[in-house]
Amino acid sequence: MTSSPLVRFENIGKNYGKIVSLKNITLEIGANEIVGLIGDNGAGKSTLIKVLTGVETPTSGNLYIHGRKINTAGYNVRRAHELRLETVYQDSSLGEKQPLWRNFFVGRPITNWLGFIDVKAEKKIAEHIMRTAIGFRSAGISVDTPVSHLSGGERQGVAIGRAMHFDSDLIILDEPTVALALKEVQKVLDFIRSIKAGGRSCIYIEHNIHHIHEVCDRLIILDRGELALDTPTSAMTYPELSEFLLSLHTPTSGAN
Amino acid sequence: MDERAETSTPPIAAARPRHSLGEFVGRLAKIEGAAIALVLILLLVLFMFTAPRAFTGYRIYMSFLATVPPPMIIALGLTLVATAGEMDLSFPSIVAFSSYVFSALYQNYELTWLAFAAALLTGSVLGFANGLIVTQLGIPSLIATLATLFLWGGLVTVVSNGVSVAIPEIVNETIHTIFVGRIGVFPVQILWAFGMVVLIWFILHRHRFGEAILFIGDNPRVARVVGIATNLEKVKLFTLMGVLSAFAGVLLTMETNTYFSSQGMGYLLIVIASVFIGGTSIFGGSGMVIGTMIGALIVAIIEAGLVASGIRGFWTQFFIGVVFIVSVTMNTAIADPDKVPLLKRLRSRARN
Repeated sequence: MTSSPLVRFENIGKNYGKIVSLKNITLEIGANEIVGLIGDNGAGKSTLIKVLTGVETPTSGNLYIHGRKINTAGYNVRRAHELRLETVYQDSSLGEKQPLWRNFFVGRPITNWLGFIDVKAEKKIAEHIMRTAIGFRSAGISVDTPVSHLSGGERQGVAIGRAMHFDSDLIILDEPTVALALKEVQKVLDFIRSIKAGGRSCIYIEHNIHHIHEVCDRLIILDRGELALDTPTSAMTYPELSEFLLSLHTPTSGAN
Repeated sequence: MDERAETSTPPIAAARPRHSLGEFVGRLAKIEGAAIALVLILLLVLFMFTAPRAFTGYRIYMSFLATVPPPMIIALGLTLVATAGEMDLSFPSIVAFSSYVFSALYQNYELTWLAFAAALLTGSVLGFANGLIVTQLGIPSLIATLATLFLWGGLVTVVSNGVSVAIPEIVNETIHTIFVGRIGVFPVQILWAFGMVVLIWFILHRHRFGEAILFIGDNPRVARVVGIATNLEKVKLFTLMGVLSAFAGVLLTMETNTYFSSQGMGYLLIVIASVFIGGTSIFGGSGMVIGTMIGALIVAIIEAGLVASGIRGFWTQFFIGVVFIVSVTMNTAIADPDKVPLLKRLRSRARN
């Protein structure tokens, strides 16, 4: 990772009025790297993601994507898509009554000049991605299956597969395993591994540090708007990680 | 989606032995409009017994093939609107308004094609205004278009001074022959209506506009996240609805040779009934174009059939109401039996 990183935050700060949400954050996301983002509610995880995806404008600092400085004033969600950053939200990325192939291409369908959709081509590509990149093995699922028939884990798979197909360099997963059964969680973790195998990067936001420790290359911990830890996963065992997190929670233990 | 059912069914059926009749019915029901087509056939058979003289001749069929196109065309537009999870109640007034524009231009200036174009333009402007009211003022479409039903209806009554316009000479014009002429005894307008069925089917199931409609109706938040300009698409949708209503209005005016200000009001119930009898989801996100076509035929057949059976015309609306409730329940049950609380209870009792 000596070449320019995919994303670089440089002294990024964000205030909402008097409330400081992010303080001087400097960190990098490298190419083909799975980064786990950990932190309590209000630690600044979502703000950091919102700054990255153009939903919020930072109060201070610089943002670099693909090595180029982003003019944060003119940066928005559309630009983020153009720069190939894709966010997969927990429950608001798929149309439930619509078949899988439509969900795959919605928003950027393959059409002729009149705007009519090439259904055959879309189904074929959707089929291919589902079988290979995402590895849907379940026999009951075809590209015509409505999303409402899929399990929670499979839905995350569709959303991740979609992001990968559209050549996203960085896929941001916002707590994808919330409310999933254990078996489903394993599926999602497999999808995350397929992101790595596909040569892309991922920011994985998660409450369950066990999952994070299992699949991530690097761990980033935010605490009250500040960067508390940025370390390769290999440098920290799971018990060490959970101990570190507990130490953050001890109320101002070592203060003066 | 229906042709998927048709293409994928045979190999599966061949691969394993036939199961129950219920499974066969279940698979048949998945083909768009199949279940509702069965209702149409049952009604036809019923009326052949109750009114054999009328229903075994061709005249009655030619008669409703002449009268069903306007409500069918409006219902096709409303199918798209309902699929987007919206509603439009203002179409009777758009029918009247465009009908007035057409009649007045013909009567005063002998314009035919230009009058037709002006009528469609009127419909598109009124529909566009509906779209703006819904998206920019944020009034739910059910209420917004109830308001514009009065607004456009009131406006056209004022403009026309409340008097009707008769245009009997229209029957000698080419435009009349093209839109509502007869091939032998066969009314041409039904061909236009079927043409619209094909067009609207392709828009909903094969065009990116239709995909936007499906996702907006399914979940507006998802639609926004995936990059659909929901407000823009809704304005386009209401504009299209206005144009279709105007087209229906012109067909009606040419068939009856008159404009009157309450023209189209009779369509309010039957158009809405056609859409939901046809199986379009009352919750949005799924629309049945073929179903709407059959729904419109069912409603027309009920009207003609009851009268021909010697039942007083007053019963028509009652009967349409009955078929309305039965069909919507049936359609919901086919999609998911557990969505009908009564069926859900019966099923769980049967299991225990």
